[in-house]
Amino acid sequence: MHNLTLVPVFCTTAIIAIVFAAFARDSAFATHMWLIAAMSMVAVIFHLRQIQWTADGRLVAKNGDDPTGYVDGPIRAGVIATVVWGLAGFAAGVFIAFQLAFPQLNIEPWFNFGRLRPLHTSAVIFAFGGSILIATTMHVVQRTCHARLFGGPGLGWFVFWGYQIFIVLAATGYLMGITQSKEYAEPEWYVDLFLTIVWVAFLVMFIGTIIKRKEPHIYVANWFFLAFIVTIAMLHIVNNLAIPVSIFGSKSYVIWSGVQDALTQWWYGHNAVGFFLTAGFLAMMYYYIPKRADRPVYSYRLSIVHFWSLVFLYIWAGPHHLHYTALPDWAQTLGMTFSIMLWMPSWGGMINGLMTLSGAWDKLRTDPVLRMMVAAVAFYGMSTFEGPMLSIKAVNGLAHYTDWVIGHVHSGALGWNGLITFGVVYYLTPVLWNRSGLYSLKLVDWHFWLATLGIVLYAASMWVSGITQGLMWREYSAEGWLVYSFAESVAAVWPMHVMRAFGGVLYLAGAIIFAFNIYMTIRGRVAVKRASADAGAMQPAE
Amino acid sequence: MSDDEERPVDDATGTRTTGHTWDGIGELDTPLPRWWLWIFYATIIWAIGYMIAYPAIPLLNGGSSGLLGWNSRTAVEQEIDSVAQARETLDVQIASMSFDEIEDHPELMDYARRSGASAFKLVCSQCHGSGGAGDQQLGYPNLNDDAWLWGGTKDDLFHTISHGVRNDQDPLARASVMPAYLELGILQPKDIGDVAHYVLAISGQDHDAERAALGATTFAQQCAACHGVEGEGNHLLGAPRLNDAIWLYGGSYDQIVAQIGNPQMGNMPPWNERFSEAQLKKLAIYVHSLGGGN
Repeated sequence: MHNLTLVPVFCTTAIIAIVFAAFARDSAFATHMWLIAAMSMVAVIFHLRQIQWTADGRLVAKNGDDPTGYVDGPIRAGVIATVVWGLAGFAAGVFIAFQLAFPQLNIEPWFNFGRLRPLHTSAVIFAFGGSILIATTMHVVQRTCHARLFGGPGLGWFVFWGYQIFIVLAATGYLMGITQSKEYAEPEWYVDLFLTIVWVAFLVMFIGTIIKRKEPHIYVANWFFLAFIVTIAMLHIVNNLAIPVSIFGSKSYVIWSGVQDALTQWWYGHNAVGFFLTAGFLAMMYYYIPKRADRPVYSYRLSIVHFWSLVFLYIWAGPHHLHYTALPDWAQTLGMTFSIMLWMPSWGGMINGLMTLSGAWDKLRTDPVLRMMVAAVAFYGMSTFEGPMLSIKAVNGLAHYTDWVIGHVHSGALGWNGLITFGVVYYLTPVLWNRSGLYSLKLVDWHFWLATLGIVLYAASMWVSGITQGLMWREYSAEGWLVYSFAESVAAVWPMHVMRAFGGVLYLAGAIIFAFNIYMTIRGRVAVKRASADAGAMQPAE
Repeated sequence: MSDDEERPVDDATGTRTTGHTWDGIGELDTPLPRWWLWIFYATIIWAIGYMIAYPAIPLLNGGSSGLLGWNSRTAVEQEIDSVAQARETLDVQIASMSFDEIEDHPELMDYARRSGASAFKLVCSQCHGSGGAGDQQLGYPNLNDDAWLWGGTKDDLFHTISHGVRNDQDPLARASVMPAYLELGILQPKDIGDVAHYVLAISGQDHDAERAALGATTFAQQCAACHGVEGEGNHLLGAPRLNDAIWLYGGSYDQIVAQIGNPQMGNMPPWNERFSEAQLKKLAIYVHSLGGGN
């Protein structure tokens, strides 16, 4: 679309938003509408400033993009967004970890735990994770299809900015107290509708690029990206079906109720883990690890078998979040058995990631970026073993509702999603900004060790704390009476909560080093050559 | 892939590739790792076995019940029943006896204290603390001392726990009101200060003797009716004893002035709808054992 035609589009959006603000039924909704109006006006001003006059008095818009090459602008923006949201999300996480240990830190009402917790989870999963997923989708699909992004820069920028606006609306909504009380799906109906539009555009962009590919076959990373995009669309729409109280108000009621709502929610919640944090990130792994290691993927057959078994089995596993609840027994059984069967399909990805280094293991000594990606795959393997184990009803009876589950999520999120994202950003930044390498590999090393130590402290303290809680909560005397009050279990795990917060501080410190390193690399302060380029000349370890 | 000879062999591993590359990335034609495949098969076989043994297959009305006939609702009902049966004999005895009679049976007392302690952790510890120490800032009484607002005998405690304090649900709830002397304009700030000095005096704290003497008169007129001539308190009205060192809302000058001017008055829900008579008695016996009572 021509840039100039966007001016009336954004003007209209701003006017409609102001009308909605005027008729708003609650102040939070009005604030959101004013925010949309303000963002639209900024977009109008930005586009008007692009106008140039030709000698014969015609209006034209500047068009800086190369109309033939890969579309990389939105990818660069996505990398920057990833770094910024990562810092915000980790900082929020550290703060709420301290709130749990020191409740005086709850600042009412905007910054209490109840509002900051969804801010933290959405910032790390959807903002940090989502930004890198969208950026790498655009990067990988163009390279492996040998085709320019479908829809060109226009569609690419729409997906990028649309998704960023979704994040801003979600985050500001949480702070104002807007929530539909569905975990990982807290935004209200109008934000959900907007995300649906953005996501469909994302799907069209992706499939369009696949269709016009110049390679005869579709690369494995793209199967995973497609599974991620299609399934998230389905999950998002079904779980968020709701009827608003007023089209001028933020509140809506979800159409599901009771145990059906619970099951729909965890079908969504578990597959957000499965298709957002697993399939999407496996797609990243399948491109960037072979690329960085400069080695072929270990096994084509394994990639096929584990892809299909993973996507088929994952979708059934959600009920394991509802063991020993009102959910019928048969559904609980299916959730558990499918989770057990999911173990090997998950590990297929780990094997393919790790074994791709066959013949290049020596690079782990010299290349901290590759080491980061490989450590991520190792954490992936650990959490995908822990997950099926936790889904076993007997284990779940001890672990459910305890800190063990929080530890499990974080060994996956910090270890797998975090480290692979850092690795990918370290790889992508020199490629996208055309630098010969990173500002400092030494700092990557520091980041690696701070992050790893942070994860170890986090996971270990949550295992101890979770098992302590589980044992105390179900400790019965011989006559069947509870031995401990809940408050006693809160007091017992306090030291572990402090240690967990400290682990978070280490992880955040690593991320600050990461952000500095990326900033300096983008500015062109490149001090070293890329290790992988050097390592190619070395003999592989036998 | 039809012709093996055409596909290049990877030097480092000696494995043939699939022959395709994407942006420089190739793929090895490594077979599935055997250990991976066999564990995958094993989990599938185990899952099928489990699904036959336990409820698993969704049908038109409900699901399959499984060969073992196990059902989570039945399982939990059986567990609760077996525990209830074990307790029933002792609970029936406790319900039928007076506190004095229960006291003659050490095994019943021991049982009652343990059962009461568990119920206390479940529903009382949220306000009174898991050790019963209360919270002066929030005005939850300490149950470990022998000062009682509404009486500390087992029968008094039984009544307070059963019906609660100042609630709308139970007409038999303990109830009394202390007037807000400042807000209602009954006393001037100066008078309230004098009375506070008098209360400091009778509770053995540092005070201004002159002002305390002035306050004594006001105390006799306004306060003694409930709190007693000597400030000894009154269990019938839940009026706290003032001539000791134990305070519900704090014993400093400022805290006493605040409590006279605009009093806080605690409340507590009735527990007789949630608990059986035997359980309420066991709670009373446990709470009594904490503070010694009277």
